[in-house]
Amino acid sequence: MRLTCPHCGERDRREFYYQGDAVALNRPDPEASDVVWDDYLHNRDNPAGVTRDLWYHEGGCGAWIVVTRNTLTHEVLATELASDVTEVSA
Amino acid sequence: MRIAGKGQVDRGTPVSFTFDGHTVQGFVGDTVASALLANDIKLVARSFKYHRPRGVMGAGSEEANALVTVGRGAHQEPNVRATTQEVYDGLEVRSQNRWPSLDVDLLAINDLAAPFLGAGFYYKTFMWPKAFWERVYEPIIRRSAGLGALSGEHNEGIYEKAFAFCDVLVIGAGPAGLMAALTAARAGADVLLADEDSVLGGRLNGEREEIDGIPAAVWAADVVDELAAMPNVRLMSRTTVTGAYDQGTFGALERVSNHLSGANGRPLECFWRIVAKHAILCAGAIERPIAFKNNDRPGIMGAAAVRTYLHRYGVAPGRAVTVFTNNDDGHRTARDLKAAGVHVTAVLDSRKDGPDGQGYPVIYGAEVCDTGGRKALESVSYRTVSGEEKLGTDCLAVSGGWNPTVHLTCHMNGRPEWREDIQSFGPVDGMVPGLTTAGAGNGTFSTMGAMQEGAAKAKAAVEALGFEVGDVDLPSAEDAPYNMEPLWAVAGRGRAWLDFQNDVTVKDVKQAATENFRSVEHMKRYSTQGMAPDQGKNSNMGALAVLADATGRGIPETGTTTFRPPFVPVSIAALGAGGQGVGFAPERFTTSHDASVTDGAPMIEAGLWYRPSFYPKAGETKWRQSCDREVQMVRNAVGICDVSTLGKIDIQGSDAGALLDFVYTNTFSTLKVGKVRYGLMLREDGTVMDDGTTARLGEEHFVMTTTTAAAGPVMRHLEYVYQCLRPELDVSMVSVTEQWAQFAVAGPKSREVLSGIVGEEIDNESFSFMGCGEVSVGGVRGRLFRISFSGEHAYEIAVPARYGESLYQVLVQKAEALGGGAYGMEALNVLRIEKGFITHSEIHGRTTAFDIGMERMVSTKKDCIGKTMSERPGLSGAEREQLVGLKPVGAVKQLTAGAHLFEVDAEPVRENELGYTTSVGFSPTFESFLGLAFLRNGRARHGEQVMMVDHLRGVTARCEVCDPVFFDPEGGRMRG
Repeated sequence: MRLTCPHCGERDRREFYYQGDAVALNRPDPEASDVVWDDYLHNRDNPAGVTRDLWYHEGGCGAWIVVTRNTLTHEVLATELASDVTEVSA
Repeated sequence: MRIAGKGQVDRGTPVSFTFDGHTVQGFVGDTVASALLANDIKLVARSFKYHRPRGVMGAGSEEANALVTVGRGAHQEPNVRATTQEVYDGLEVRSQNRWPSLDVDLLAINDLAAPFLGAGFYYKTFMWPKAFWERVYEPIIRRSAGLGALSGEHNEGIYEKAFAFCDVLVIGAGPAGLMAALTAARAGADVLLADEDSVLGGRLNGEREEIDGIPAAVWAADVVDELAAMPNVRLMSRTTVTGAYDQGTFGALERVSNHLSGANGRPLECFWRIVAKHAILCAGAIERPIAFKNNDRPGIMGAAAVRTYLHRYGVAPGRAVTVFTNNDDGHRTARDLKAAGVHVTAVLDSRKDGPDGQGYPVIYGAEVCDTGGRKALESVSYRTVSGEEKLGTDCLAVSGGWNPTVHLTCHMNGRPEWREDIQSFGPVDGMVPGLTTAGAGNGTFSTMGAMQEGAAKAKAAVEALGFEVGDVDLPSAEDAPYNMEPLWAVAGRGRAWLDFQNDVTVKDVKQAATENFRSVEHMKRYSTQGMAPDQGKNSNMGALAVLADATGRGIPETGTTTFRPPFVPVSIAALGAGGQGVGFAPERFTTSHDASVTDGAPMIEAGLWYRPSFYPKAGETKWRQSCDREVQMVRNAVGICDVSTLGKIDIQGSDAGALLDFVYTNTFSTLKVGKVRYGLMLREDGTVMDDGTTARLGEEHFVMTTTTAAAGPVMRHLEYVYQCLRPELDVSMVSVTEQWAQFAVAGPKSREVLSGIVGEEIDNESFSFMGCGEVSVGGVRGRLFRISFSGEHAYEIAVPARYGESLYQVLVQKAEALGGGAYGMEALNVLRIEKGFITHSEIHGRTTAFDIGMERMVSTKKDCIGKTMSERPGLSGAEREQLVGLKPVGAVKQLTAGAHLFEVDAEPVRENELGYTTSVGFSPTFESFLGLAFLRNGRARHGEQVMMVDHLRGVTARCEVCDPVFFDPEGGRMRG
């Protein structure tokens, strides 16, 4: 598997650390309800299809990357810097 | 039988090797199979289940019968295909799965028992009594069935792994592959051409035909020469592409030196990971057998394989050859043999009509219905409308048509499509993204067609990559139509083999269908057809056709099983090359490593780091003696310890404090410049992640230390928090763990050691407890931190790593002059247990700030990672297991880590468990074992007694519960 780091270009997946669903970007307010926090921390969809997850270019530039990919075809549809995604949504 | 003047082997360079101890002569360029056939050795193997005599069947990696063991002892490699192993002087080849010998195999009794050994026999026969399975049945089955065996010895052969990148990967160097590579290379693309054979050219080396008026093999060699001369082309012979993976990644196994008598330090095999922008699969096709009674005798071979032996190796596999075919290709074998002077008994063609014989009889409408001869073929019986006839023959060349080698296209879950025109499954573009197919592998069986397709697919591929392709000159070549009428299995009684490697017959597949294993996947698993190294290369289509017939469905409806990687067996040694022994993980060494080793310190692993356990002195025979001495040395004088392995993260920026406030439970933005603070870090779920000290060197400059184990995860976490959650912060950070060598100088005489080494005054004014700052260390800019992990007046001094070794020696020398010296991990551990300091033994991923008594460090004035969830009910309170100290007070004075705690009078069973010990050590300061433990409601139980029970080591000790800080609870010594 190969991923395109927005800084470094296309690299082997061995350079990356896999974190999990990109829902982790949407940290709730500290005062949000238990349900919201429970969802944020524990509940994940397991889609057969397009998913967005977080990867860390640990063996490279250290960028956290949002990877949009298809779990059925293994196609990588997009990669973006997590900081860009968070800033846009913030 | 070798034929004069034929073949491409080097007749000037004879080679001798052994087969089952007998010397066999061959030539350079021979495979084991061709050399055996040249010497009229027909019996090569015994079959998997029935121990049937078997010979060579094919001429490539698809071989199902002629599996042999190569080498001996640690170098022994089982299940090597005799058809791909090249011969060299001294090569030792042995047959497999026979006892006592290939010729006299007593286990051939299985063949007589065949009526009881059909599909699923072991599920049915060995059901009862149950206890017999492990003790009686399984050992017998394991001994009598199977292929070759491993030596059981450690494999010391050299293996390698490598990476390659290219614009276009061409897989297979037959007519399609050569034209594809040539077209792409001439356009300027970076081309990698891989072929599993030792000589490139594919079937062009095994046929008698011309391209552009010259022999096809010569044409192929010319093209290879042209490609080899181009700087943008890499040719990889003996390299099998084994798997297709995501984003244009391919696995490939290169046989580097296991075809040579002397490796000269070269690896045996190299496993490649190839990344290609586009791949063109030109894998060719595999000739399919026809199932008929006793179709597995030595001497029954593929018709194209017979041609390969004739043209490439100059070997006639028989003296009187019969051909059985359902297509025009079989006639080609007869023509070529005849032209080479080999007697052709007859061509038996199952069709109504076809080519005329050229000096040999052709019998149309004929089907072979039985064969004779035990260890070698002696006769063939065939049936026509006019009855049954018998022919004397020693070789039967069979052609049931061709199956495109679609394996690689299926590796990413794509399904090939049934093609009525070739009566086989063919690939569909897009099954593997970025991979197209050409030639026989795409169902285009003529040489001309293959070359056209190879060129066209390459043109399309490189144009898509932005290269310009000029006019492609196509050479002229054979362009005969295929003309095949399917015949899968000849009707009749008796065993007719489909899968030779797994001993699966037509009857087995029919039986599977009868027992309702009608799905192709179920049939495969019940009958074992298409399993193991063979992966159905020869047998899948035939088995499918029989299953389709037995279940009354068509073949397309029946479908096919999926081919999975690897295409050929890949040794674990090649896949994991470099990963044995020290290659298993990187090693990280501190700057004091050599000095510690010189002083006799046993080094222990701490993550990837190596750290000294203790420093034995003359007269010390047990580690405890050294450890006790080192602890007392620190408590009474001074000790030096390398702490460089702790993670160090340099954090700078106007928002550095804000970031730290967010990742630590406590506040760092208020920390004064020149001060250090202990910090606690939580995971977002509220459990403790790590702890450590962070120093503020400037208004916008902090240096964080992490534990050795969590250095990587904490760095990742900080970047995560910054980039993913707080990208608006003005902050940047970098790991400087390896850039700084850092040493603890601990003990009442620590200041004495440092004065003179550090240029500045370091009195209590300028460097009070938890103070920090830049210092001059012999003219080098260093850093000094007054922090203590021992409870003593202590410092940590840091210098750029290149000065670490010399600073360490100076420190130890000075410490020794003051009655101190170096101390290792054992003493460090005892010192911190005495002081009640925690490590990852305590913050092991399930403990909360409350559990370790630090809930007050979670600031109520700000948000931080993990704060909200740490407030969940259940993560604090009396029911929690809380950090306590333990002292043995009963007859047993020993404590052990990992033991469980119970009430004194309770039965020590799981239901009564109250907690567990995490760290223990013998404290020379208190002359007693001390322990840290988690005990339910422990903080309220100081002064009470519990039983520590270690079920594993059989230790039970009565303990008193106490505060975890045993030594100097007021902290006067650290501040003093």
